[in-house]
Amino acid sequence: MSAVLQKADKAEKGALKGAIRIEDVVKIYDPEGAAVMAVDHCSLDIPAGEICMIVGPSGCGKTTLLNAIAGFHSISSGKIFLDNELLCGPEKPMAQPGSDRIVVFQNGALFPWKSNLDNVAFGPLMQGKLGKKEIYDKARSMMADAGLSGTEHNFPGEVSSGLRRRVEIVRALMNEPKVLLFDEPYRALDSLTKSVMHEALLEIYYKNKVTIFFITHDLEEAIFLGHRLVIMSSRPCKPKKIIDVDIPHPRDYSVLTSTRYRQLMDETIELVHEEAKKAFSAGEKEG
Amino acid sequence: MNATKRFRKALFNRSKLRAVIAIFVFLVLWEIGSRSKDWFGFAVPWIGHIPAPTAVVVAWYGLIGDPGYWQSWYMSTLRVLAGFFAAMVVGIPLGLFMAVNKTFNGLAFPSFEILRPIPPLAWVPASIIFWPSQELSIAFVTFLGAFFTIVINVLGGAKSIDPRYFQSAQSMGSSQWDVFRRVVLPATLPSIVVGSAVGMGITWEVVVAAEMISGGGGSGGSGGGSGGGLGFFIWNSYVGGSYEQIVVGMISIGIAGFISSELLRKLGSYLTPWLRKR
Repeated sequence: MSAVLQKADKAEKGALKGAIRIEDVVKIYDPEGAAVMAVDHCSLDIPAGEICMIVGPSGCGKTTLLNAIAGFHSISSGKIFLDNELLCGPEKPMAQPGSDRIVVFQNGALFPWKSNLDNVAFGPLMQGKLGKKEIYDKARSMMADAGLSGTEHNFPGEVSSGLRRRVEIVRALMNEPKVLLFDEPYRALDSLTKSVMHEALLEIYYKNKVTIFFITHDLEEAIFLGHRLVIMSSRPCKPKKIIDVDIPHPRDYSVLTSTRYRQLMDETIELVHEEAKKAFSAGEKEG
Repeated sequence: MNATKRFRKALFNRSKLRAVIAIFVFLVLWEIGSRSKDWFGFAVPWIGHIPAPTAVVVAWYGLIGDPGYWQSWYMSTLRVLAGFFAAMVVGIPLGLFMAVNKTFNGLAFPSFEILRPIPPLAWVPASIIFWPSQELSIAFVTFLGAFFTIVINVLGGAKSIDPRYFQSAQSMGSSQWDVFRRVVLPATLPSIVVGSAVGMGITWEVVVAAEMISGGGGSGGSGGGSGGGLGFFIWNSYVGGSYEQIVVGMISIGIAGFISSELLRKLGSYLTPWLRKR
């Protein structure tokens, strides 16, 4: 468990929701045929309100884990809990997708045929918890908070990719999720846009303390954002080492020049590089 | 002041000017080609046998007051619209259902794929035999022309929807029906538009050929080309030896096809505003 987080907001902790417990999860694709093991006896405890960065090379099985939590894919064995409630397990291999766990996808999944505002309002409208007017009022004010005023009536295709990601995060937050699941959301962005997005994400996080399960292969991003890094071994995917990032929140981009940041970078880069090499040569063998 | 300026700008913008010049040059070459039977001592291979554009215009002018000519327009347009709308009404739901339901797709797709490559015109004799009236058999062949194109486009479009859209819609609490109405339908709309536009083009090709082959629709064909549609109008002009009218009929079909695809393009862009700019 993250020592940083415990210190940081002990008082608030009782109120936070969205603790994820992954117990001994195994995922085997095509068990009767090729039997590819994507996730190998993976256990992980993510306390509520933590930003947990899952770091590993591309194609190592991180996304499989995310899909299992979101309820898009089944697991072969093991259990996953959200706030001590079983999401999926032996009797129920596939979790039910729900608005308590919203995914922000790699290339974005805003509906291109809806305006940004309609995209943001989509979740609550579907769930029918509020009246239409309340939903749109809330959508407008949340977009304004995220610096998206003026783009409400544009289609997603009409704004920059950075703004599009922000719209998507706002759309996710409108559902008042307990957990946000990020699947390398900033992968396609250039590094300058990325740094802006990182600060914006932290700002949003400080306002709405949700648990963040964030998949990435970018160490800089991982250390800058996360309370903890979970370095994954590649093929099959399994936590190899967990590292506490003891740089206090709130953070801004000056963190990147701090000595502690560089120390952590030095500590982790070797581990990650090793796995990347393994994944690369495994990929070559298959190819 | 401003309005006239804008009007002049719209009239004389470069690409439009280019189009006007191109058509003008084409007409002039055609005129010269068909008036002078040989160019620089060489016989012009076939353009010499085609009536000159001025002769066509004269023939056309004579037809403007002829209700038979307008009747041909009316008949062909009616058949195209009937066949086209029937193809949309049957084709769009069928394509969507095939995309959504695996079992149904497995049942329907093989026979669909065997029937699809058959050219609509190969259906003409069979449909004359099977349908009670000439009119219905022409409409049926026209329908087939658009039908297969629309189905295959809708099916392809609905099947290639990014699964992330379904996943995020489901996560946000959408029911099956919501997913269909708010994801499948709008995501397929661009393919529906494309399929319809292509289908409309085929419909014009098919209706004309079907009218020629089947003699333009039963008793209606008695009045010297009236009532038979533009295809029969061309055929009748050929039989009657009035070559100018053949060209008039051909250009009429060109204009009809252009107008209908332009209208569809406008409608399509109205229905898919998110694809407009970019």
